[in-house]
Amino acid sequence: MEHYHMNLTLKIWRQKNNKSKGSFETYQVKDISSEMSFLEMFDVLNEQLIVDGKEPIAFDHDCREGICGMCSMHINGEAHGPWAQNTTCQLHMRAFKDGETIVVEPWRSGAFPVLKDLVVDRTAFDRVIETGGFISVNTGNAVDANAIPIDKKNADEAFNAASCIGCGACVATCVNGSAMLFVSAKLSQLALLPQGAPERESRALNMVAQMDKEGFGNCTNTYACEAQCPKGISVANIARMNREYLSAGLGTEA
Amino acid sequence: MHFQFRTFVTPNIHYNILYMTWKLFFTSSIGKKITMGATGLFLISFLVIHALLNSMIFYNDGGETFNHWGHFMGSNLIIRTMEIGLMAFLLLHIVQGLKLWKQNTAARPVKYMVSKADSKSKWYSKSMGLLGTLILIFLIMHFYHFWVPSRFGGMFNVQALGEATLGQEYNNQTVHNLYQEMLNVFGRNLMVVIVYVLGCFSLCWHLLHGFQSAFQTFGVSHKKYTPIIKTIGVVYSVGISLLFASMPVAMYLGWVK
Amino acid sequence: MNSNIPHGEMSQKWEDYKGHVKLVNPANKRKLEVIVVGTGLAGASAAAALGELGYKVKAFCFQDSARRAHSIAAQGGINAAKNYQNDGDSVFRLFYDTVKGGDYRAREANVHRLAEVSNAIIDQCVAQGVPFAREYGGLLSNRSFGGTQVQRTFYAAGQTGQQLLLGAYSAIERQVALGNVTMFRRHEMLDVVLIDGVAKGIIAKDLITGQLERHGAHAVLLCTGGYGNVFYLSTNAMGSNVTAAWKAHKKGAFFGNPCFTQIHPTCIPVSGDHQSKLTLMSESLRNDGRIWVPKKQGDNRKGSEIPEEERDYYLERRYPAFGNLVPRDVASRAAKERCDAGFGVGTTKMAVFLDFADAIKRYGKIEVGKKALTNVSEAEIIVIGKEVVKEKYGNLFEMYEKITGENPYEMPMRIYPAVHYTMGGLWVDYELQTTVKGLYALGEANFSDHGANRLGASALMQGLADGYFVIPYTLGNYLADEIRSGAVDTNQQAFVDAEKIVADRLNKLMNIKGTQTVESFHKRLGKIMWDKCGMARNEKGLQEAIVEIQALKKEFWSNVRVPGEINEMNPELDKAGRVADFMELGELMCKDALNRNESCGGHFREESQTDEGEAKRDDDNFAYVAAWENKGESDWQLHKEDLSFEIVKPTQRSYK
Repeated sequence: MEHYHMNLTLKIWRQKNNKSKGSFETYQVKDISSEMSFLEMFDVLNEQLIVDGKEPIAFDHDCREGICGMCSMHINGEAHGPWAQNTTCQLHMRAFKDGETIVVEPWRSGAFPVLKDLVVDRTAFDRVIETGGFISVNTGNAVDANAIPIDKKNADEAFNAASCIGCGACVATCVNGSAMLFVSAKLSQLALLPQGAPERESRALNMVAQMDKEGFGNCTNTYACEAQCPKGISVANIARMNREYLSAGLGTEA
Repeated sequence: MHFQFRTFVTPNIHYNILYMTWKLFFTSSIGKKITMGATGLFLISFLVIHALLNSMIFYNDGGETFNHWGHFMGSNLIIRTMEIGLMAFLLLHIVQGLKLWKQNTAARPVKYMVSKADSKSKWYSKSMGLLGTLILIFLIMHFYHFWVPSRFGGMFNVQALGEATLGQEYNNQTVHNLYQEMLNVFGRNLMVVIVYVLGCFSLCWHLLHGFQSAFQTFGVSHKKYTPIIKTIGVVYSVGISLLFASMPVAMYLGWVK
Repeated sequence: MNSNIPHGEMSQKWEDYKGHVKLVNPANKRKLEVIVVGTGLAGASAAAALGELGYKVKAFCFQDSARRAHSIAAQGGINAAKNYQNDGDSVFRLFYDTVKGGDYRAREANVHRLAEVSNAIIDQCVAQGVPFAREYGGLLSNRSFGGTQVQRTFYAAGQTGQQLLLGAYSAIERQVALGNVTMFRRHEMLDVVLIDGVAKGIIAKDLITGQLERHGAHAVLLCTGGYGNVFYLSTNAMGSNVTAAWKAHKKGAFFGNPCFTQIHPTCIPVSGDHQSKLTLMSESLRNDGRIWVPKKQGDNRKGSEIPEEERDYYLERRYPAFGNLVPRDVASRAAKERCDAGFGVGTTKMAVFLDFADAIKRYGKIEVGKKALTNVSEAEIIVIGKEVVKEKYGNLFEMYEKITGENPYEMPMRIYPAVHYTMGGLWVDYELQTTVKGLYALGEANFSDHGANRLGASALMQGLADGYFVIPYTLGNYLADEIRSGAVDTNQQAFVDAEKIVADRLNKLMNIKGTQTVESFHKRLGKIMWDKCGMARNEKGLQEAIVEIQALKKEFWSNVRVPGEINEMNPELDKAGRVADFMELGELMCKDALNRNESCGGHFREESQTDEGEAKRDDDNFAYVAAWENKGESDWQLHKEDLSFEIVKPTQRSYK
């Protein structure tokens, strides 16, 4: 891999806090190495801003290895930027060319209000989980781990659904701002496992109800979420959620 | 949106369990999707009948076969009853569609300056509202041309339909001459033909998304069956739209007289 | 030092303890408040388990959700003594391996308890819906890990930490819904409040508004992880910090074995000055990859272009018995030795090769044999072999390519050791209580279970053991005496004073208005620590480091620039506080390393090595836990907890 350096123009959303109105600011960064990660390029810019006596750009990030789900930038029109199945922190600067202009925006969703600059509030996801994204088993109650064999196919599929990192790229990408990929991934994981069976119906009804309450948009099956998801969560999960909801909503008395 | 909660309290734990009424079910996000899918599939099945019957014009028998079946559809009590259902479903499809559009627009109050979401999914999947609106405009015209005169005669400044007497094969019945109405509408006016063909294009794209989308909404997602459903969806959408579009074109060009 | 270890036989201690521990009745539990700081495996499991019992729990995390704590990044797996593979595993063996792996610097009773509860952890996680890997028969799958002789590691692909944390997270969110746990997201603990020497609450900062908050409770649990970020570059998350533990330390909690740091041998090397963090490549790669450097110093050729006879497979050469599978600390030091001697590769020359070319050929041949193919060319064997390697390690190879832009199927990977885990932490007794009454430390934040070196797949086990199965018992023993104390009033003078001290410090940081950024100080601290208190340490270097850190600290407090304002979201201010604490900790680490004039586990003192350059432990003089008491600025007093080994008798490790 040939390494190179580049100068870039950045158009970044700045917003002081939740109450204020934001706007785009333009910045120049020089001599960025193609080996840097996208967030390291932001580090360089922030250092430069601090030295210049300006306020650095606030952005969410933590593990920087693509698993915590904290980073959340909409880069040149795409959640997490141009690489497929990738998070912002794993995006590297070799994805860009010298002289390019990069536009960076926060996740845009009514359910994810901007807190500052590129930082948004995703606690709506936590509240959805609170209504049913769990199996009610108190500590110490469990039977032996091998007491219930689970079909490997179902276990693997549950794992695939469970690999969701809760970053919100699905919401950010969906033309309708729908959270159904996120919600369905958790519902699927628990619906596919025998341990999840006792609460299957109430879980589907409660989680969907909370999702609606949070003000997320509605799924119209465009499947853009799947294409943009850093973990490649499948829209087959949304179909499963629809099924779960149908049978819970129409098949039960209450 | 309001939900009723029934609270169960045990000594240590209390759960909120949603009490699912019909209203709650159909006003929820997934309930709305299911309404859209179900009414959509009903309309899809209606289109099959509609297209089949209209194809009778291709007998090119001066409209005899066509008018006979047109009369059958217009006079059969079961079909007339179903027509009420059809209208209700169409209305429901439109109203839910508008509600969805409103909810979805509200979900993103601040838009992106740059969005490449287009490259991630089909444009028509994201333009169902627009396509639906185009179809609605088309439908108003279509109703004005055919449905209103056949059902309500001279209402709304519409010319009442003429009558035709069918041949021996059809017991010499006298029926509305819908065939003549088609010739009147399509035979002379190029603009109308173009609008109808465009309407069929909108329908095609609307169906291309809607057909497979309805199955996803009903939770049908299967490695073996979903590809088949998708293929059928494409064949159906393109086929039925071409068939409909061919009718005004054939009449305008005089292939069908 | 009184570690409160129950009397009796090792295998009966925990049972006996549980049988005699004091209990709190359900009605009283509702009146008792517990603060849990941190929501990783230890914190989330503790908060959930205590909430289930009926305590009123307040849980704090600095991230935007409990689900993001850095436990989520653990890849490999979690150990348990289930013996599902019928290969001779048992609670005793897990206990034995952990004490031995820790190079005889862990407390036996704690480790035995850890091994005892390990099985219940797996049961609990499966019941929560954690999707562990399974066999075709539907039963759980195991793999071997970290050089143990049994297969006792449970895993969920390369995302075991993620799945376990999401399980604990779901349990905590369930308690939130039930009203037993209150979550404080984007909150950072900035001090512990003591009343009459007993922990009664904390001062926390709302990171969105910058406001300080007082929170009272009957006990405070610190589950705040490790402090590897003192080295600036580590595999820790960017936000991982020592602040909570450090504040506790300054309020009287002793710090145990601060110098014990684990350096993981297989990480993606630093690519330049811009580097902000290091990424681990699972240890499992060493099962098939061969590690080497060129025989010639400063060889600039591509790895694939260097012929076989010009390569030095130094691990295989030095350790013929274990070869590439020597323990983490040994592999790490050997890589450093080669690079320091000028044999390193890559642009920075601080890397060694991890090569799969042989494995690809070997697997290719096996596959050809399996399928009974004939007339297969060398090139075709390689193609087939690559497929096999892809199936085993595909996701890791992909990650490597994403970060470096190099294709590891064609070119040997470059790796280098990186700081990964800190075995040291707040000193705790058997009940996980620090030297401050009512203040507890769980998981990586305490020092107790891993001695001087942690075995692979044991961190997840310890975090969940502490949270799910230890603290619910030991905390009750303390809180049973608190039932009469009533709600904690946060208007008491101690709270007012603590808040003022925190506020003053924040104001001080804001008002320095110097010229250097927080990040630049952190980088400089990291460099001192890595160079002089890293993989190899010596007296001279450590003494220099202490002086350098003190000077750096002085410069920081006179010349740091913190932009923005105090009453708003200000990540730079948050970072400034953390770096200031890291500097103080760094000094203590050097002091501890200087004091421990022996080599054990991850701690290598150059003065204490064999003629062949291997680590030499000194049990006569150093078989103790160094517990440091803070006495003021740059002033610590050493307390020793002597370690006696009743069951696992210390021997010198050898991998030759």
